[in-house]
Amino acid sequence: MSRIEKRFESLGKSGRKGLIPFITAGDPVTDITVPLMHAMVDAGADLIELGIPFSDPMADGPVIQKANQRALAHGTSLHDVLDMVKQFRRKDATTPVIFMGYLNPVEAMGYDEFVEAAQQAGIDGLLVVDLPPEEAGELNELLYQRDIDPVYLLSPTTTPQRMEIVSLEARGFVYYVSIRGVTGSAELDYDEIQQSINEIRQHTRLPVGVGFGINSPERAVKIGQHADAVVIGSAIVKMMENYNGDKQRVINAVSGFLHSVRDALDAISKS
Amino acid sequence: MSAYSMPDKKGHFGRFGGIFVAETLMRPLEELTNAYEKYIKDPDFLQEFDDDLKYYVGRPSPLYYAAGLSRQYGAQIYLKREDLNHTGAHKINNTIGQALLAKRLGKSRIIAETGAGQHGVATATVAARLGLECVVYMGADDIERQAPNVYRMKLLGASVVAVESGSRTLKDALNEAMRDWVTHVDNTFYIIGTVAGPHPYPAMVRDFQAVIGREARQQILEQAGRLPDALVACVGGGSNAIGLFYPFIDDDAVAMYGVEAAGDGLATGHHAAPLCKGKVGVLHGNRTYLMEDTNGQITETHSISAGLDYPGVGPEHAWLKDSGRANYVAATDSEAMSGFHDITRLEGIIPALESSHAVAYSKILAAELGKEGIMIINLSGRGDKDIQTIARIDGVEI
Ligand SMILES: Cc1ncc(COP(=O)(O)O)c(C=O)c1O
Repeated sequence: MSRIEKRFESLGKSGRKGLIPFITAGDPVTDITVPLMHAMVDAGADLIELGIPFSDPMADGPVIQKANQRALAHGTSLHDVLDMVKQFRRKDATTPVIFMGYLNPVEAMGYDEFVEAAQQAGIDGLLVVDLPPEEAGELNELLYQRDIDPVYLLSPTTTPQRMEIVSLEARGFVYYVSIRGVTGSAELDYDEIQQSINEIRQHTRLPVGVGFGINSPERAVKIGQHADAVVIGSAIVKMMENYNGDKQRVINAVSGFLHSVRDALDAISKS
Repeated sequence: MSAYSMPDKKGHFGRFGGIFVAETLMRPLEELTNAYEKYIKDPDFLQEFDDDLKYYVGRPSPLYYAAGLSRQYGAQIYLKREDLNHTGAHKINNTIGQALLAKRLGKSRIIAETGAGQHGVATATVAARLGLECVVYMGADDIERQAPNVYRMKLLGASVVAVESGSRTLKDALNEAMRDWVTHVDNTFYIIGTVAGPHPYPAMVRDFQAVIGREARQQILEQAGRLPDALVACVGGGSNAIGLFYPFIDDDAVAMYGVEAAGDGLATGHHAAPLCKGKVGVLHGNRTYLMEDTNGQITETHSISAGLDYPGVGPEHAWLKDSGRANYVAATDSEAMSGFHDITRLEGIIPALESSHAVAYSKILAAELGKEGIMIINLSGRGDKDIQTIARIDGVEI
């Protein structure tokens, strides 16, 4: 059983909603990422999504685009990101870490080398935004062999037929994109989200995480009533924009925010 | 029956092409593929397309024997005059086709990316004619160097959005257009301006541009009595090149040369020549040759010509390169400038800087082909938009 499956199983047993923060590795500086990951776990994160910086993040809104640029400005490479996870694993052997990024840096490293390095570093899942299941066969074979879960997005435009295709390839959990749009966009349609989650559950037994546009404890609660986990990205990444050289200050800000989301989510599990 | 049958059902040209996009775009792309496959065989659609090309664009474009250039360079040189099309470049062939599809799909809003502004102008033009809302994304740097085209788009009623992210050129405009499309998939049709992007764009844009080669093939047989020895076209994303090449693809004796932008020179790293110097990777929805660093980050390109300033290239060109059917070469900024001045002075034709790259290479090729050798250069566009750039480089105030 993969670390992601184990984590969702124990969440299910305790009736707790999963909280999955997203940060871009190396944003704004290299040595903030690992302490920030630990701090997020302390503040109540159940899984962590770690963004691999890319020069052309086509599916991301302005906030995460800028995070990518900040991380690339000082040359954060895929090798660096793998090292960060290795460091994180020295102190944390249980929190699942999911890589999120675009295909080209992975292709540049080579699938074999990447998958082997990812397993050694302690990566649990891989979400490649621009790699639909139809093109993923070769990479997924390697991932399955090494117990790394390919995580897939589903969106409001995904047809039931495609949900079948995706659920055949997906492992760990599926990630429902709550909007038609890029990361960080504003409005959420809760009725549509609820309907879509119900539909998704007809096609897969995997847990359903929901993300894109969740930026407050209130929104997290509304989504958490239907989803197994919420993913929060831009709202956290935005806090990096105020970085002034004081790492602890940013880490505290992120922790405070995640604590508030955690408390709000725990209130639903109890009610 | 043609022996060549690329791409496959999923848009692969050998190991290139395919569909590499976020999940939200999978369904819209499937819809588009269905529409394209249906209408590209539909007699009413094709009739409307042909009529628009004839009465609105002014096709067929002439194939012109360039006597002065032939004498100077030492081969029989014919120019396929895409510069004479309405709006001044080959780009309009494709925008007409895609706009007709948009209409049939009931979309009310059209978006496009543009580099030189030619595709943006062509899109704004068809949008004006069909009464559709039009938004054009353009890199902030390109907006500066192609000011006349920006103004033309605005006159035509389009909004032009300056893209400040990344390298502020064509690739970033494409990223931004994709983001717009993801956000407005329900009412928006994205008209990509070249043979790049996810399937079905590379095949669809090729099919709309193939009118160039179909005409040229017939015209050269009429005028020269035989097929040419070589075809020459500049390659940005590769739409004017594939448009000329495709109808000749089974004519094995016809050599094909795609000319990339060598910028300051291929050895300097400051260029936009992924086929000559790039690596295979994935960008903008397809697998192809790319300009990238060892970490897989896309690198900045350099070219005097905004329309060639792109780090990727259509996947079919990647395939034609690997299969050996076409040759890919490059011309530097200064070679393109010489080509520009040669054809302007010898033929009285002011070409686009993009097309000037093809002219530049034709000089080298002419020496190989010799006096009796016949070549067709795709003169993909006219140079009015580039006058300011040319003047600046030549140190002239206008
Ligand atoms: C006149 C002209 N030629 C060529 C190009 C390059 O595009 P492609 O390689 O798709 O023909 C452009 C692009 O803007 C152009 O305006």
